Amino acid sequence: MITLTINGQPRQYDGDVEMPLLWYLRDDLALTGTKYGCGKGLCGSCTVHLNGQAIRSCTVEMSRLDGATITTIEGLGAAGEHPLQIAWAAHNVPQCGYCQSGQIMQAAALLAENPNPGEQQIDDAMSGVICRCGTYQRIRAAIKSAAGGGV
Amino acid sequence: MKSIRRVSRRDFLKTGSVLVVGVSLYGCGKEKMPGLAPPLPSDGWSPDVYVSFDSAGTAFIISHRSEMGQGIRTGLPAVLADEMDADWSRVTVEQATGDAKYGNQNTDGSWSVRGFMQRMREAGATVRLMLEQSAAQQWGVDVSECKANFHTVVHGPTGRVLDYKDLVAVAATLPVPGPELITLKSPDQFRYIGKALPIVDMHDMTHGAAKYGADTRIEGMKFAAIARPPVVFGKVKSYNADRALAIAGVEQVIELPAAEAPAMFKPLGGIAVIASNSWAALRGRDALTIEWDDGANADFNSTAYKQALLETVRRPGTSLRNQGDANAALETAAVTVQAEYYAPLLAHAPMEPLAAVAEVTENFCQIWAPSQDPQSLIPMAEAITGLKPDQIRVNVTLLGGAFGRKSKCDFIAEAVLLSKLTAAPVLVQWSREDDIRHDYYHSVSAQSLAAGLDTSGAVTSWRHRLAYPSIMSTFNASVKQAGAMEAGMGALNMPYDISNVSVEAGDAEAKIRIGWLRSVCNIFQSFGVNSFSDEIARARGLDPKENLLDLLGPDRTLDFSEFGVELTENYPFETGRLRGVINRVADEAGWGRSLPAGHGLGIAAQYSFLTYVAAVVEVAVEADGSWSVPRVDIAIDCGQYVNPDRVRSQQEGAVIFGLSLARASEITALDGRVVQGNFNDYQVLRIGMTPETHVHLVESQAPPAGVGEPGVPPIAPALANAIFAATGKRFRELPLGSRLNGV
Repeated sequence: MITLTINGQPRQYDGDVEMPLLWYLRDDLALTGTKYGCGKGLCGSCTVHLNGQAIRSCTVEMSRLDGATITTIEGLGAAGEHPLQIAWAAHNVPQCGYCQSGQIMQAAALLAENPNPGEQQIDDAMSGVICRCGTYQRIRAAIKSAAGGGV
Repeated sequence: MKSIRRVSRRDFLKTGSVLVVGVSLYGCGKEKMPGLAPPLPSDGWSPDVYVSFDSAGTAFIISHRSEMGQGIRTGLPAVLADEMDADWSRVTVEQATGDAKYGNQNTDGSWSVRGFMQRMREAGATVRLMLEQSAAQQWGVDVSECKANFHTVVHGPTGRVLDYKDLVAVAATLPVPGPELITLKSPDQFRYIGKALPIVDMHDMTHGAAKYGADTRIEGMKFAAIARPPVVFGKVKSYNADRALAIAGVEQVIELPAAEAPAMFKPLGGIAVIASNSWAALRGRDALTIEWDDGANADFNSTAYKQALLETVRRPGTSLRNQGDANAALETAAVTVQAEYYAPLLAHAPMEPLAAVAEVTENFCQIWAPSQDPQSLIPMAEAITGLKPDQIRVNVTLLGGAFGRKSKCDFIAEAVLLSKLTAAPVLVQWSREDDIRHDYYHSVSAQSLAAGLDTSGAVTSWRHRLAYPSIMSTFNASVKQAGAMEAGMGALNMPYDISNVSVEAGDAEAKIRIGWLRSVCNIFQSFGVNSFSDEIARARGLDPKENLLDLLGPDRTLDFSEFGVELTENYPFETGRLRGVINRVADEAGWGRSLPAGHGLGIAAQYSFLTYVAAVVEVAVEADGSWSVPRVDIAIDCGQYVNPDRVRSQQEGAVIFGLSLARASEITALDGRVVQGNFNDYQVLRIGMTPETHVHLVESQAPPAGVGEPGVPPIAPALANAIFAATGKRFRELPLGSRLNGV
């Protein structure tokens, strides 16, 4: 039995321990805000926080998660809108929107670690999350404005 | 109880034979607009198929086109709301089901605003008039004294005001006025049209609440993954499912019948694994042992295919456009310029891999799918289930990117078929590898261009030979050449003022499913024509921008209908507008400015989807051949536009899309199998390569034209031209790679 906390709620899991977290979130808990994009940690659409760190939930097996604290996009704004969610709206970032959960979760982990990242640090941190629509320019701008405190 | 099933060809015959959809490839046909529906006498009111009110005065506006990032769920409803003089905060946008009553829903060809802006305006103006009539009747005054104002109607002489919620009940009893009675707003009265409006899905998309193809959850739903034949039209020879069935959660294995040519939008067949979650289904699928009979397409090898295409364009082809005598003029030219270009197969690779849900019962079929063409799902589901259209409901989810792939319903047909066979709701989840290896690919192409110059340097002849497998081969396996529809995207309608022109197509047999990808043949034909124009500039010793303007010649209207290029009513091809965007982008980009060492500027212009676009790309090339793009300027004249922010975001995205295919993306086949499978070997641009992009939007009162696709075609050639400016080396093959050879 694996015991973990997801978006503040205690959960218990006793299924296939090789199942990646992504599918537990989506298929067992119906937390579909976390997206499948590649299954190999190559695109970042499935990014969530494991104990505050950004991880690719498509490659992290349930066996590793006993005692873990997970935050998904659905839980990011639990204490009110996250500054990134406000900045995302202010810059009209999303196009199709599919990768944006992963983008925001990756950016949130970046800002938690480095409240005022430079351009290169933003690019480095965000390089693992692909947006096929090409919203990168606005992602950069939104992160900068959220980091600056003003949106 | 775990089981193995085999679906016979006979069970499937109806499906296989009837999936004949997509005859109108671009939804450009002259569709009849749906008429106004009669008012419904209830406490709600539905004056039109696109709009209804509840008794609280909330307006529900239907988005009947599919949302895939272009912002159409905001754009067209905002047009209707504007003419209705609605308060946007009291509007709820609802996604239409697939239903012919909405008119054309095939979201393709950058056509939504062009096709429906006028219809939405008329619907909104009609509703506005009826609300004014309702107020007039309640006040006992003449309607001419009543004027709609932001979700209210105001009586001019007395200043009395009624909210729309107080007007709905009476309005619902009024006859719908004829079109001769309505008045459209003048542009200065617009509240939303032409203004940047945030997208309606913003909150959902930033909070994980937006629903895409794989996000539908139904009680008892099964999850399916399918091992499809790795070679198109291959068949299962034999298979063993023991290991798959031993996996926890795997419930059933079903063999599906193979597809035969033509591909249409038919599922490819293979072996389906049904499980209690996606992971078990995908793992079970990977645990199958399958021996395939690859069939005739197993001889498809990209290296040999490329050579064959290049040899084909070295020979004369079927004439598609012939003016003067290009071949004779080339013989006698003082200087000839000649070059060959090559571009590979491309996969769409939207971030959302294909996925769809279907629930088929004895008397009803319901689909939830990210479809660009929801009405096409009805005949598909009819054929598979035997149900009647009124027993089929098509719900359209958001599309997590599409770029043309989600026009094809093969993946949705799989869900319908598997739901029918399992008597349970089924989600079919494609892996990324499935998505990249079973696409309808953007065509691989070779082009040979030749131009003749006279002694004064004037260009007197132009010959464009092209060879690529045709999209039409997907619908008719005997088609072995590009026709006017495809060549008309940048080759047949080459706009230069040259007296001797020949455009010729050579044979190219399709060995894989060919489809359309964002801006279609404009991608490679623009690459050929705009790269070659730059080569001509160098041969003439002219500045590339001045050369472009010179080739374009005096402002005039072009008509290529004699060569089979469709002429769209009210949309003449005006070279002056192309000149306009060339000049605009050159000015904005600082064309001719001095640059750091290793930097270069390149320019390209393309008319596509009735829109005029020009781009200037600045490249920075390092000593080791690695390169980056510090800046892109892109100017677009798409006529009237609805939401300038979405026009801009589409161009920003088009720049990334164009740079992806120019730099990194390439699909190759070995023994008929697609080699690439995921984002490690099918690469697209990541954030670090993003240029500072400046979009320049031309103000125009011309009718609205395309926005989503036209930004893509100029990017790759402008980049190649910039690299030449920076290095003196010409690159004629895509993708260029992250490091340039021999620089």
